[in-house]
Amino acid sequence: MKRRRKSGDSSTGSAGRRGERVRSDIWVEVEPKAKGGIQLELASRVEPYYGDSIRRQVAAGMSTLGVDNARVAIEDAGALPFVIAARLEAAVRAAGHQPAAPLLPERTVEPAPSDRDRLRRSRLYLPGNEPKFFINAGLHGPDAVILDLEDSVAPDAKTDARLLVRNALRTVDFHGAERMVRINQLPLGFDDLAEIVPQHPELILIPKVERPDQVREVDAIIAEALGGSERPLWLMPILESALGIEHAFDIARASDRVAALTIGLEDYSADIGVPRSADGIESMYARRRTINAAKAARVQAIDSVYSDVDNVEGLESWCLASKQIGFEGMGCLHPRQIEVIHAAYKPTEPEIEKALRIVAAFERAEAEGLAVVSLGSKMIDPPVVKQAQRLVAQARELGVISEDESATEAEK
Amino acid sequence: MKKDAKLVKNALGRRVPTVVNGIEQTPYKGVGRFEPTGRKQAPPVRSCRDYPADGDKRVASLEEALKKCGLRDGMVISSHHHFRNGDRVALRVLETAAKMGAKDLMWFPSASFPCHEPVIELMDKGVVHHIEGSMNGPLGRYCSHGKMRGMGVLRSHGGRWQAIQDGEVKIDIAIIAAPTADPFGNCDGSHGPSACGSLGFALADSIYAENVIVVTDNLVPFPCIPWQIQGNNVDYVVEVDSVGDPSKIVSGTTVITRSPDRQRIARQVAQMLRDCGIMREGFSFQAGAGGIALAFVTYLSAMMREAGIKARFVRGGSTKYLVEMLETGLTDYILDGQTFDLDGVRSIAEDPRHVPTSPFTSYNFHGKGNFASMVDAVVLGATEVDVDFNANVNTHSDGLLLHGIGGWQNCLTAGCTILAVPSFRDRIPVIVDQVTTVTGPGELIDVIATERGIAINPRRQDLLDALAGSDLPIRPIEEIKAEVEGFCGGPPQRARFTDKPVAVIKWVDGTVIDTVFQVEED
Repeated sequence: MKRRRKSGDSSTGSAGRRGERVRSDIWVEVEPKAKGGIQLELASRVEPYYGDSIRRQVAAGMSTLGVDNARVAIEDAGALPFVIAARLEAAVRAAGHQPAAPLLPERTVEPAPSDRDRLRRSRLYLPGNEPKFFINAGLHGPDAVILDLEDSVAPDAKTDARLLVRNALRTVDFHGAERMVRINQLPLGFDDLAEIVPQHPELILIPKVERPDQVREVDAIIAEALGGSERPLWLMPILESALGIEHAFDIARASDRVAALTIGLEDYSADIGVPRSADGIESMYARRRTINAAKAARVQAIDSVYSDVDNVEGLESWCLASKQIGFEGMGCLHPRQIEVIHAAYKPTEPEIEKALRIVAAFERAEAEGLAVVSLGSKMIDPPVVKQAQRLVAQARELGVISEDESATEAEK
Repeated sequence: MKKDAKLVKNALGRRVPTVVNGIEQTPYKGVGRFEPTGRKQAPPVRSCRDYPADGDKRVASLEEALKKCGLRDGMVISSHHHFRNGDRVALRVLETAAKMGAKDLMWFPSASFPCHEPVIELMDKGVVHHIEGSMNGPLGRYCSHGKMRGMGVLRSHGGRWQAIQDGEVKIDIAIIAAPTADPFGNCDGSHGPSACGSLGFALADSIYAENVIVVTDNLVPFPCIPWQIQGNNVDYVVEVDSVGDPSKIVSGTTVITRSPDRQRIARQVAQMLRDCGIMREGFSFQAGAGGIALAFVTYLSAMMREAGIKARFVRGGSTKYLVEMLETGLTDYILDGQTFDLDGVRSIAEDPRHVPTSPFTSYNFHGKGNFASMVDAVVLGATEVDVDFNANVNTHSDGLLLHGIGGWQNCLTAGCTILAVPSFRDRIPVIVDQVTTVTGPGELIDVIATERGIAINPRRQDLLDALAGSDLPIRPIEEIKAEVEGFCGGPPQRARFTDKPVAVIKWVDGTVIDTVFQVEED
């Protein structure tokens, strides 16, 4: 699809999508003119409801973008205002016009920054150029959403998606999910960072990382883009090749921003030249290496995705095995995977009970000024105490145990 | 409208005409406020001496049957929608009448479908004067733009029975399309190449119409067993090659919504019934065949199985999901108003616990009670709802008439009425300040369940109390509305109407609850 075509001496640019099957999106074509003001040709499925609103938004938007004279053709399938703004700006850019100012929707959301160690059991992939999935994504309760600018976005739609995700970060309420953005491979990823970082997502996924300096480069750009802001912005490098796996530990500790390390199995399998199997035997080494490197660098280890979204049993057994070898979460391609993943990564009753007993023993020892924590006849090492505390905190966060539930009760 | 017809405000403050198609109307007075008196309509006396002693009422063609019924200008011709979008009979009858030179007919279908779009041409030609019945799609647009000569009258399934019974609509010729029939006129819907399940919608017409013609493509020798329509009410039987397109009569399989947002609504509605205690041994519910309703049935089934609970009866719209409940012991009976898919048709034909019902048993206002008010919970849809819990199923916010009422109004008398709706469709908010058309009053609507919260009518403090400890997202309706308007870019524009009424919405008791006005053209 050609985004830009010459007709006479003016250049026409378009953005967005149109057609019978398109929903909640909009197609905008802008043809700059020498005179005549803004001539709007509007066809909208929501004309009786928001026709006037769209006309007002286009008029104000073109003025902000610094376009005074143009033909603007719109086919709208019920796009929300933040989508309209993104498409309008993308079309103006595609027409070869450098906007006077970006068309930023008013910021209506700014979630608190996320903790380095927050729960990351599930992260729901949202194709970055498919706005209809954005608004309700958070309702399904994933720990995180990934606004994806990479593989799910066609090469000629990269700008469209980047502006759409930028606007979504300012306006869409993801209901407490951590907002992650997967940028493109460098150097295209640099353009993504320039638009995305100022909008304060909580985490950036860097795809196809093979060497630690790639992480350091991203880190430096982020630091610059954030200016003096103290707001944390975490990184999650994705290892997707044999070479990336070999450098896993160095990548995991390449920057203080790295909060988690993950693996992309589709690309990794292709790189080692075997198809993905159901039980993942071909990637067992790479996954374990990823886990070990992550733990060695004291960051989270996060698994890949399970692609067969209709196979609930398959996903369940994958998750349980994944948790057993040390992963703390995985990606979701469909909201229906979230519940299964959460259930699988949830601490089990015996795990919680044991952890509560250890924490209680630790607190007793502290109160009594003892240097050594013991439970029955067993000595408890400090790392075990720490892990137990983390597990109890997680169980509280998940509501598996109540705030006031204590080890003494568990001991009964 | 007659000269003396005027618009008056009814009990909901809606402007309604006092006269519709020459007949004086009662404005809606409130739920249970209207007390009709008098006696019911009766069909003319007929005697068996006028009919063949050998029971063979066949005539050679539709044309001959219509001629024998004395077809003339201005008559009321009725038909039914048990063949849904696969119906070939109603249109054929109206076209035959056109060929015979009839004018100004009133078509009185129990519902119309997109396959009936050619009726527009018959209205343009003057053959059909107007339609009293649901108008979907193209017919709805035709009516909304003021092109129909008479006023549209929309009634619920129960309301249609009431209008016939009270003589408000006098059917001159009733056409009953039958998947199986015998020469005497007994009809069955559960067998034959065009099997569609229940024929309940045609029952009133068979009892009260002046003339009754049965049309079938599957004639069997007397007796047709079982008979859902009694041949003793039938005048003529016409055999045709095909009554409909079976693939459009019932869906092969009904499809559960795959939308995670709608599945979320369905799951939360099921959870609500469980958490508030409605789901208990021997309870009952009704759910339609929409995507959310079907998903609701599967979620509720799982919860019932887990809790070891069995329903006494479920009401349909039957689908394979209700049939599964029956066959796996989650309900004792299905009381079936219409049958939506092949599993439903198979079950109603084979399983005596799957029982066809009619609008009389289920819904009729002038019955000595009806099933709808005995159901513990019902899950329905809507195009629009408002902050007073009033709901609209007939028009969209753009004012165009697009859907019929079906059994929707009648079902509102269930113990707990739940509207399961998305909070917005594309950019269009579903919760508004005031619905464009009131199909059902808020006092009968208990719960509005959306993907971003469940709003409970403040009149139902008992439900709010029962759900106090639940982890469901129970929120005030205004709050959900405000959230949706926040991302949609404010409340939508209101539709603009002329002052010309094009259709009225009847309440279940025959009073006029609202008016559809002609939309203003740009």
